[in-house]
Amino acid sequence: MLDLLIVLGKIAILVGCLLGGAAFLTWVERKQSAAMQDRIGPNRADIFGFTLWGLFHPIADGIKMLVKEDLRPRFADPYIFPIAPLLAFFPAMVAFAVIPWGGTLKFGAEPDLLLIPLQLADLNVGILFIFAVASISVYGVILGGWSSANKWSLLGGMRGASQMLSYEVSMGLSAMGIFMIYETMSLAKIAQAQGDLFFGFIPAWGIVLQPAAFVLFMVAAIAETKRVPFDLPESESELIAGYFLEYSGMKFGLFFMGEFIEIIVAGSIITTLFLGSYQIPYLGPEGLQIPGLELWAMGPNFIAILQCMAFLVKTAAMVFLLQSIRWTLPRFRYDQLMKLGWKVLFPLAIANLLVTAILCLLLT
Amino acid sequence: METGTVGAFLEPGEKEGDFILNMGPQHPATHGVLRVILRTEGENVVDCDSDIGYLHRGQEKTAENLPYVEFTPYTDRLDYIAAPAMNLTWVEACERLLQLEVPERAKYIRVIIAELTRLASHLLWLGTHAMDIGALTLFLYCFREREMVLDLFEGFGGARLTTHIFRVGGLPNDLPKGWLEDLEAFLDLFPSRLSDYHKLLTKNRIWLRRTKGIGVVTADECVDWGLSGPLIRGSGIALDLRRKQPYEIYDRLDFDIPTQEEGDVYARYLVRMEEMNQSLRILRQCVDQLPSGPFIGKVPKRLKAPKGELYHATESPRGEFGFYIYSDGGTQPARVKIRAPSFINLQALPVLIRGALLADVVAVIGSIDIVLGEVDR
Amino acid sequence: MEFIKTLFNFPQVHEWLGQAGYPAVYLGALAGAVLALLIAAVPILMSVCLSPSRPSAAKKAAYECGVPPVGTAREKQMVRFYVVAILFVLFDVETAFLFPWAVAYDMLGLFGLIEMGLFLAILIFGYVYAWKKEALDWVY
Repeated sequence: MLDLLIVLGKIAILVGCLLGGAAFLTWVERKQSAAMQDRIGPNRADIFGFTLWGLFHPIADGIKMLVKEDLRPRFADPYIFPIAPLLAFFPAMVAFAVIPWGGTLKFGAEPDLLLIPLQLADLNVGILFIFAVASISVYGVILGGWSSANKWSLLGGMRGASQMLSYEVSMGLSAMGIFMIYETMSLAKIAQAQGDLFFGFIPAWGIVLQPAAFVLFMVAAIAETKRVPFDLPESESELIAGYFLEYSGMKFGLFFMGEFIEIIVAGSIITTLFLGSYQIPYLGPEGLQIPGLELWAMGPNFIAILQCMAFLVKTAAMVFLLQSIRWTLPRFRYDQLMKLGWKVLFPLAIANLLVTAILCLLLT
Repeated sequence: METGTVGAFLEPGEKEGDFILNMGPQHPATHGVLRVILRTEGENVVDCDSDIGYLHRGQEKTAENLPYVEFTPYTDRLDYIAAPAMNLTWVEACERLLQLEVPERAKYIRVIIAELTRLASHLLWLGTHAMDIGALTLFLYCFREREMVLDLFEGFGGARLTTHIFRVGGLPNDLPKGWLEDLEAFLDLFPSRLSDYHKLLTKNRIWLRRTKGIGVVTADECVDWGLSGPLIRGSGIALDLRRKQPYEIYDRLDFDIPTQEEGDVYARYLVRMEEMNQSLRILRQCVDQLPSGPFIGKVPKRLKAPKGELYHATESPRGEFGFYIYSDGGTQPARVKIRAPSFINLQALPVLIRGALLADVVAVIGSIDIVLGEVDR
Repeated sequence: MEFIKTLFNFPQVHEWLGQAGYPAVYLGALAGAVLALLIAAVPILMSVCLSPSRPSAAKKAAYECGVPPVGTAREKQMVRFYVVAILFVLFDVETAFLFPWAVAYDMLGLFGLIEMGLFLAILIFGYVYAWKKEALDWVY
């Protein structure tokens, strides 16, 4: 029973963080773009006169979506049309189940020692699970685009599907080097392995061992989340809104929220694979151990919480970076996008894989 | 709801079940209410045609029913992005027809306003063009600077968009106090902002890929289609009415006419960017040489044009903008024809998007820089 | 009804998973998936209750930039999109074979490198073929 409570508790934390984070991100995106574009940004929504820098805008948006008329176009498919936003929304949340977001909490003493790993499910095929679940969101895009019975949506859905499929290949291939080095696909083990040190002082983070893969993975991740410069499926100035053009009310809201959750998930996967996950350099299980200095002892639960914070900070930084790219670059054209995916990222990912394989063999 | 048809547009397709896309009239990238009808194969555009007239207000007919002076505010609504350029063409045409003298000071101020208009118009073009290609931030940067120009308009004429800023025979008023200082402050600031835009776009690889080799039109085609403005200059022909048939004081000013050879979207982008630079040069010269004197000449109360006809054109930000006026000797023109550069440039759209992809259509429309108020009149 | 009750009986589900050969950790993933679906469905149901519904012919028409749509969106699509899908199936399935190899690479050593080199050579051969056939280009 306790197991179940712990699982439910973790789910509650995750869901709260993801939904709250996604709502918060809408605000961050607006304020960030406002800062970059020399504007003020949202500052009108208020509760009893308090605007709180526009923080109430996500709430106002949520209410608006809930009470807005939800229209289905005449020729839209009556069954697939409402299901598509669900398919676009929930995979991103499920993907988070296998991402570790902290070390292990310890309660009690030896016989009843209770260990709570800060991760919902440590699957031994963790990253495969993420890829598998993430591919479900392709269905949300293409079914949403097709079922709307709108030409712009259809084009957007097609673009989205081909783009996400194309970049998934490079995404998987570029992450392959990481599995080769850490010899596992379990994200918890990858996270643990990144706590090691090279030559006693370089953290064994993925970005140190696989810098090329980091760049490739990052590009593929931006493409997978359909962000500028790869926002072709919804490119506003071409396809108006692309695959969710006909959606209104909460169904649109789900697409919208799903996109922000995807960004959080993308940021946390990059953090997990390349930025040392929850590891803080030199923070071992006993405490902070900077080479050449004395050990600074800390309790295991304190360390776990510190690691949790580290994960949060790294993910937030990654998300911020992913978002700020949106305001700096123009958009690719369709053929250029496919060319980049198939003719640049794919061969580079394979080359990276082969080089990693040969180096691994030579060094061991 | 009736189902739509393509009407008289587009040649009939080879097969049934064509994928016809209506881009516009309500589309974010058609810059107003332009309707472009596309026949596509997936992402490829096979054929296209443009449907205009959603903003038709009968400006030419209106002009026939108004005294010469009273039509000036209507010209604001032609190219509403560059209203002073429209005003200028109309008042100059009237002055030539009515044989009125314009004082020197008024001429200089007119050129200052006209070049500011070019800046404002090109800034709006740059912002929307960049936004069409996905660079959102530049749009707001451009609007920030355009706002300063509009403030200057407001300071001089009281209005920002539909300015009605010139009068037949001169200007409505002299420069207000402190206006020249504001202008100089803007002139000092703007070059750095312009170089910011260059930094954001000119060497951006995505921007280059999206604009180079897209929407190519050769010099011969430009001549055949009667294109003007940055379109023809982007194809290597240095046609600029400010140089070819100088009006106001342009013959005394030192400026270059930027041209590019390639004739693609990128060439037109470079031409317009350089034109902004040249406008700055002109503005500086005008401010330095600005003479003192009256701001309006002698204008009789009742303007009666002699019998005859006249075509007067100026270089608006979009190209050769002209009025053809036929007078039967009355107080109102008997016939007015507007040569709208956007309208004529837009005709070449099917030529420009031969074999393009869907995304290129947006880039090409942006590079033609149309204003529907002028296209539809 | 009985079935739904057992669905919420987590120890029971736990046991099923065990019998089906899944480690217990999948319970977390499964619970997460169920909850995520619920979380997605609840706001939609809420908006059904809360939002007005006054459809009209104009509202329900497909949006085609403000003019009545020409033809339908259910036309045959250009085959290009399918080529991409086929490429994906080819290369993604082949890369799926690489995952176990990558994880076990340390144990396989030189043998693994050569074996996978051969496999990748075939993969790259197919890739070059697709490139030469211009299957990777959009413009044809």
